[in-house]
Amino acid sequence: MKQAIIWILIAALGAFAFATLALSQGESVNALWLIVAAVSTYAIAYRFYSKFIAERVMELNDRRLTPAERHNDGLDYVPTHKWVLFGHHFAAIAGAGPLVGPVLAAQMGYLPGTLWILVGVVLAGAVQDAMILFASTRRDGRSLGEMMRIEMGNTAGMIGMLGILAIVIILLAVLGMVVVKALVGSPWGVFTLLATVPIAVLMGVYTRWWRPGKIGEVSVIGFILLMLSLYYGSVIAQHQDWGQWLSLKAETLAIGLIVYGFIAAVLPVWLLLAPRDYLSTFLKIGTILALAIGIVLVAPPLKMLAITRFIDGAGPVFAGSLFPFLFITIACGSVSGFHALVASGTTPKMLEMESHIRTIGYGAMLMESFVAVMALIAACVLEPGIYFALNSPAAVIGKTVEEAAQVINAWGFLVTPEMLTQIAKDVGETSILSRTGGAPTFAVGMAKILADMSSSSMMAFWYHFAILFEALFILTTIDAGTRVCRFLIQDLLGTAVPALANTRSWVANVLATALAVGAWGWFLYQGVTDIFGGINSLWALFGIANQMLAGMALMLVVVILVRMKKTRFVWVAAIPAVWILSITMTAGWQKIFSGDVKIGFLAHAQKFSDALQREEVLAPAKNLQQMQRVVFNDYVDAVMAGIFIVVVISIFFFALRAIVQALRHPAVTVNESLVVWRPDHAWREEALWHE
Amino acid sequence: MSKKRTYSAVSNRYFAAGKSVLLRAVQTARLMVGVGDYQQYLEHMQSHHPDETAMSDIEYFRYCQDSRYPGKDGSLKRCPC
Repeated sequence: MKQAIIWILIAALGAFAFATLALSQGESVNALWLIVAAVSTYAIAYRFYSKFIAERVMELNDRRLTPAERHNDGLDYVPTHKWVLFGHHFAAIAGAGPLVGPVLAAQMGYLPGTLWILVGVVLAGAVQDAMILFASTRRDGRSLGEMMRIEMGNTAGMIGMLGILAIVIILLAVLGMVVVKALVGSPWGVFTLLATVPIAVLMGVYTRWWRPGKIGEVSVIGFILLMLSLYYGSVIAQHQDWGQWLSLKAETLAIGLIVYGFIAAVLPVWLLLAPRDYLSTFLKIGTILALAIGIVLVAPPLKMLAITRFIDGAGPVFAGSLFPFLFITIACGSVSGFHALVASGTTPKMLEMESHIRTIGYGAMLMESFVAVMALIAACVLEPGIYFALNSPAAVIGKTVEEAAQVINAWGFLVTPEMLTQIAKDVGETSILSRTGGAPTFAVGMAKILADMSSSSMMAFWYHFAILFEALFILTTIDAGTRVCRFLIQDLLGTAVPALANTRSWVANVLATALAVGAWGWFLYQGVTDIFGGINSLWALFGIANQMLAGMALMLVVVILVRMKKTRFVWVAAIPAVWILSITMTAGWQKIFSGDVKIGFLAHAQKFSDALQREEVLAPAKNLQQMQRVVFNDYVDAVMAGIFIVVVISIFFFALRAIVQALRHPAVTVNESLVVWRPDHAWREEALWHE
Repeated sequence: MSKKRTYSAVSNRYFAAGKSVLLRAVQTARLMVGVGDYQQYLEHMQSHHPDETAMSDIEYFRYCQDSRYPGKDGSLKRCPC
């Protein structure tokens, strides 16, 4: 009874927060209402929906031994304390994605993004993470690809693998672009990021030869050096020659990143990748905590409108209307297909008890969603005029503060040239115009909140701290992602030339790495030189790809539920699966075939090739060669979107076939590993132990 | 006298609890970057495979480091986005 009253109060508080957010048009709402709405949603969803899924749908059973116990080898399969594993799993799923998507989506106002983040995570994202973790735990910790092969057939597994390769390539390109856009003409940012390389190498040597395994102390040393480089970065940026020399163009940065990606991916992991991973992981956890504390203490008002006029699809940040484009722009934080790969990776091999799946699978995803909510807040505490100046491509708002202010004022968002100059000065940059890609906006918002908490003179420091944190994180991902692509490519090449599958062969290694870097590098360079800013085409492709992976994972869950003869619970996965499929298919279709040149790749290519035939140069292209490149890029992007659609449709049919077969079969047809029960007496001891 | 003893017993208990929380926090931080608990590995080896020689702490650390990053199977140990 007492419990019921508490939950009714939480529900009422949440409802009141939502009402405040939705109804107060005109005056600004405090960001704390967004936090209250989010936290009460998570609490209710966790208490009731995740319990239902854990107890009724999955029927988690602690008497059933987990892979960690059955295959305990002290190395890969290790029963791990619930909260230790929770931390591990959360660190593995939280990346740069939830910091970018919500920022871009803020162009439609804070309300649509908030609703999709909260509804999406509760009904789709966290469900996917928990159910895939469950499926993998019941199959000795098998990967998503293997499970698809086992439950839906070899071909489905193969298509799934190809899909994953294509997604990783697009993802690396888009993340590379986020870094490039953040560092263009920013000597401070470039210097600190360059400084991370020798710092990481020093840390690598330290942990390899000097004090092996001392992660804590080496991370502290690395962190101090990083802060020193951040501090001296501003000195160097102001230096006459150095400042100029480090003020790089987007093309130069892109090529630098490609070369770096190649070198980093062929070096041994302990030298560069592992130590930088320590820095970026701990920095990420620290930054998330700092931001959460900052938001609660500062309680900033949201300057963005609840809903802007750009829900009609005419927004400058990304083209396309609310449905389906909001839902692919915010992927991570709401539902992210990549988590299906993580949840079928190391976590199922370390699970101590089946019942922990509820906390680790569902709970960790709620926390990731909270990170996305904070990123949305960071974007929405900025003046909308400044937000649009940061996020609109130069082709739309021009290259001077006067032009930008004029265009943005015409949209109905008040901003003056002085405001734009001042904010650039505050964050220690020469200009903030068209810093697309989400990261700079997040950094400005975070700097504003943290500067309010500490001191206003710290704003430039916090801005560059946030940029460094995101760039560091993304470089780690580019390094690791390139290695993933390399192995996938070697696997594929190996089917034709077996010698190339040898991962120890130096030639095969270099060849496959070059192919991997070439693939994402091509998309990166294309995006960076894209006269429309690149985010418009690449982030959409990435969103479609990521959601497509989530769709595949949810379809797998549906198949598994049907095979388990739990048909009456199928809706738990089927509803989100249908929703995800409809948004990816609609978005993919529109990106290819829409007649609107801002959305459809083919329409855009048509417009430019028609002009080419008339030998006419369309702005902002400067010559016929650029025009040809635009057309070619459009066709490649269209093919990419087409590949994603074909992958989804084929997996859909494989899933359908598996479902029909399972329904016809009178018995349970699921392919779980053998059940081993915990011995009775041990179970009792265990229960006592846990009390 | 007896009062004092109770006090120290209580403080010892808090001390032990604090120590175990700290231990868990360190374990969590290390596992976040893919390095497991060496003590647990040693105990496992002693109880299950007493005839085999266990890896040294340095070998164990390097094993964890190598297996965290994309290996032969091209598996993804963490979300890239």
